[in-house]
Amino acid sequence: MDTNLVAMFSDPAYWESLARIIPKALNETIYMVIFSTFLAYVLGIPMGVFLVITSAGHILPNPWVERTLGTVINIFRSIPFIILMVALIPFTTMIVGTSIGTTAAIVPLVVSAAPFVARLVESSLREVSPGVIEAALSMGASPWQIIYKVLLPEAKSSLILGVAITTINIIAYTAMAGAVGGGGLGDVAIQYGYNRYRTDMMIITVLILVVIVQVIQWLGTTLAQKFSHR
Amino acid sequence: MIQIKNLSKVFKTPNGSFTALKDINLHIPKGSVYGIIGLSGAGKSTLIRCINMLERPTKGEVILNGQNMTLLTGKELRQARQNIGMIFQHFNLLESRTVADNIAFPLEIAQWPKKKIAARVQELLPLVGLEQKADAYPAQLSGGQKQRVGIARALATNPAVLLCDEATSALDPQTTVSILELLKEINEKFNLTIVIITHEMKVIKEICTDVAVIDQAQIVEKGSLESVFLSPKSNIAKEFVASVFPNKLPPQLLRELAQHPGSQIVNVNFLGSAASEPIISGLIRECGITVNILYGSIDRLRSTLFGVLTLELQGSPENLAEAHRYLAQKNLAVEVIHNGY
Repeated sequence: MDTNLVAMFSDPAYWESLARIIPKALNETIYMVIFSTFLAYVLGIPMGVFLVITSAGHILPNPWVERTLGTVINIFRSIPFIILMVALIPFTTMIVGTSIGTTAAIVPLVVSAAPFVARLVESSLREVSPGVIEAALSMGASPWQIIYKVLLPEAKSSLILGVAITTINIIAYTAMAGAVGGGGLGDVAIQYGYNRYRTDMMIITVLILVVIVQVIQWLGTTLAQKFSHR
Repeated sequence: MIQIKNLSKVFKTPNGSFTALKDINLHIPKGSVYGIIGLSGAGKSTLIRCINMLERPTKGEVILNGQNMTLLTGKELRQARQNIGMIFQHFNLLESRTVADNIAFPLEIAQWPKKKIAARVQELLPLVGLEQKADAYPAQLSGGQKQRVGIARALATNPAVLLCDEATSALDPQTTVSILELLKEINEKFNLTIVIITHEMKVIKEICTDVAVIDQAQIVEKGSLESVFLSPKSNIAKEFVASVFPNKLPPQLLRELAQHPGSQIVNVNFLGSAASEPIISGLIRECGITVNILYGSIDRLRSTLFGVLTLELQGSPENLAEAHRYLAQKNLAVEVIHNGY
């Protein structure tokens, strides 16, 4: 092995610097990912539900609502994240009080992920068979009962897979958010790994991200299987 | 019980309008098992959906238990629907719920208290013979078991009517019989009115008390089960009867028989006690003719016996006339299909 590397790894100061940087960055990433995913679903589920139920032949057909909502979602999905982040600075400042930092990064993450979630939720809910909805209607179910007793529970497994996809996407986006002062593992990779040629930092952060992504996907697949009764 | 008056349904499509139902009039008495039979595309699915307003009729009325369904909307309609059970060809069970929870579903919708729901589910499971399967998921059940869950679910709220939309069409013949037996048992036990739509005459034959034949959006024939089987009037009804009593002779045989001088070929349909009478020996002894049996079948129509016979009668014109009088006297429906005179 390279003697320089041996010297570096045997230096306690090296490990101290890692312990100072990595756990903090990991915490920031987890914080951003959890809150962004959660809030994206808070906004995305109702949008996805509306897209489905207002479509032709569904329980509350309304072409006007469906088209308007669909267009707004498409517009937000077409704006590149990096531009959205900058464009949203005034809005972020209004909500969080600042446009820099981990919490501030959550705002553009949510705005960018929510329309994506809406489409994922839409496609999951469309998998619910029209026959089951008709059966519920024949029993006198209200639209609200059909949403929370039929559509969402019947699509549970597919929705869980969607959560895994969204979470992993948001992890990738937090790296970009990090670039503009959001912090997190992506920030470390850029600040140390890229700007200061610390290849070791780059490898460590990327490895951690790989592990997180693997775990989330495994969790999503396992839970989806557990809730699938097909 | 159910009165359908001048009901029409027109679908608007990009290529113009399509008439699915045209001026339908039906009276479905309480406690009856009313069968509506038709080929696919005849409009029967639309008709049954007009009863609980899953399809809105374009014209006409549906009166159920004195309530004009066509006038109901929103909450009133939802409440009325809780009094109408429905089962489906593809069962339409909730995959994410166990058998017990599927049966509980309509009760949750009707907002019954939890304890009452649990008690009612325990009552229904043995009724459909699924005590052992309460915690199974639909994917673990056979088609027949799934339909039993469908039936229990449809009966949960003690509805006044049960609508069956091709309920046995996805099942094998043996399972079909067991599901029909269950429906018949429920009809007799609770005096529940059942409306069945099907394209299979054997379903009608097993359990219906009344039957309506629908063809190209219109009712072409209706009446009691016996009257329609005994003397079907429309061609389509005749074909349906022939589908369960296939008494069509091969053309080759008909050609041969046509060469017999002075012979007649007749179809004789008989019902109930007539089925157990020795009419052939009667014909030979009392009318002095010879009788050649070409085809014969006897089966059950719901609970009465029904038989068809195709006979070749040979004798003098007087004796043949005598034979027709003899058959008429026995209240048998006779149709001459070939006359050698």
